[in-house]
Amino acid sequence: MTAACQSLGRRINIMEVCGTHTVSIFRNGIRSILPRNLKLLSGPGCPVCVTDQGYVDTVLKLADRSDCIIATYGDMIRVPGKDHSLETRQAKANVKVVLSSEDALQLAKDNPAHTVVFVAVGFETTAPATAVVVREAAAESVDNFCILSGHKLVVPAMRALLSGKNENINAFLCPGHVSVIIGYGAFAEIVEDFDRPCVVAGFEAVQIVEGLGEICRQLSTGKAELISVYSAVVSEKGNSAAQRIVDECFESVDGYWRGLGEIEKSTLRLNDKYSQFDAFKRFDISETPSEEEKDCRCGEVLCGLIDPPECGLFGQSCSPQEPVGPCMVSSEGACAAWFKYGREKIPKR
Amino acid sequence: MCLAIPARIVELEGDRAVVDAMGNCWKARTTLLPQAKLGDLVLIHAGFALSLVDEEEAKKTWQLIAEISEFDDTPNKVSG
Repeated sequence: MTAACQSLGRRINIMEVCGTHTVSIFRNGIRSILPRNLKLLSGPGCPVCVTDQGYVDTVLKLADRSDCIIATYGDMIRVPGKDHSLETRQAKANVKVVLSSEDALQLAKDNPAHTVVFVAVGFETTAPATAVVVREAAAESVDNFCILSGHKLVVPAMRALLSGKNENINAFLCPGHVSVIIGYGAFAEIVEDFDRPCVVAGFEAVQIVEGLGEICRQLSTGKAELISVYSAVVSEKGNSAAQRIVDECFESVDGYWRGLGEIEKSTLRLNDKYSQFDAFKRFDISETPSEEEKDCRCGEVLCGLIDPPECGLFGQSCSPQEPVGPCMVSSEGACAAWFKYGREKIPKR
Repeated sequence: MCLAIPARIVELEGDRAVVDAMGNCWKARTTLLPQAKLGDLVLIHAGFALSLVDEEEAKKTWQLIAEISEFDDTPNKVSG
């Protein structure tokens, strides 16, 4: 890797697009052993972080309704809305943390007098689990169940980054478990259309370094390729059963991402066949982007334009205990990882 | 939240399984991995098995998860 970087003789920016990679990179001190001209950028790889403020505010509005129960993964519970978070609403007892989409459906069966709204966030890894229960809700006529789909697709976000948000990204370290579903072949379009190396890697330190080494090799030879160094788990075509059920229930629509704005065909919405389970339609909600917290620079962090310490709030009014933006809320967020592991590198103000 | 956890299928009836990771057992579904059999090691995410995984890879991920849980003080975090 060192030899490849030296031969390049210019700065190289590699973006990881997976929150678990971000945490593992920090946890294992990988940044400290990299060649000086190699910079790692933490991209939009954490579903909580990329969820638009408008979506969060919509969830909070639904939590205010006495006829609704909100079922959410624990990751979303502390994300701040305009005035409060779901955590503060938990006291009202109509916000429930679930470990699976199936628990959310069960909650609906157990509470027939309420409408259970499942906060369906996550990338391609998580969407199939939502699709399974939507199909089951339809088969069993669980009419008081619906989902607010904020499921996002990784490849359109990578395209958006390279199409104007941050063209200085030289290569991607692609997410391991998203690739379990979509297959590493899904990243071929990034290599072909943008001439950027894409390497799928596992999460262990050695696997990440192997992935970065492969990227550097490609950059030094000037030939971008698609490679998986995570072959124990990831295949070229992915999980076809999961892809089929997602295709059966969802269609991809334009959607808002924090920091990246609206991205074409980047969000999954229930299709006509399952629209009766679509919370946007049931409650007549139109998804509009909300204003993000003033001074919070999570958007620039997510695009790899700044490191978290360059945000004026970082470590001052924004910390994992009292987060202002989602990148500090989620343990997989770049700000939280920097706060925990990267503080010695924070420039003095 | 896209991390999937390796676990062994210790009970299986239809697509409903009980899985075991590092001594912790919980319910999961094999709907998305119809070829999964009793005794298989699988990657579980949000209550669903997503792929088969080998023993060596499973051990690496368990180690990583132990390290991340140390780091993560978010209450009630979803395993995945």
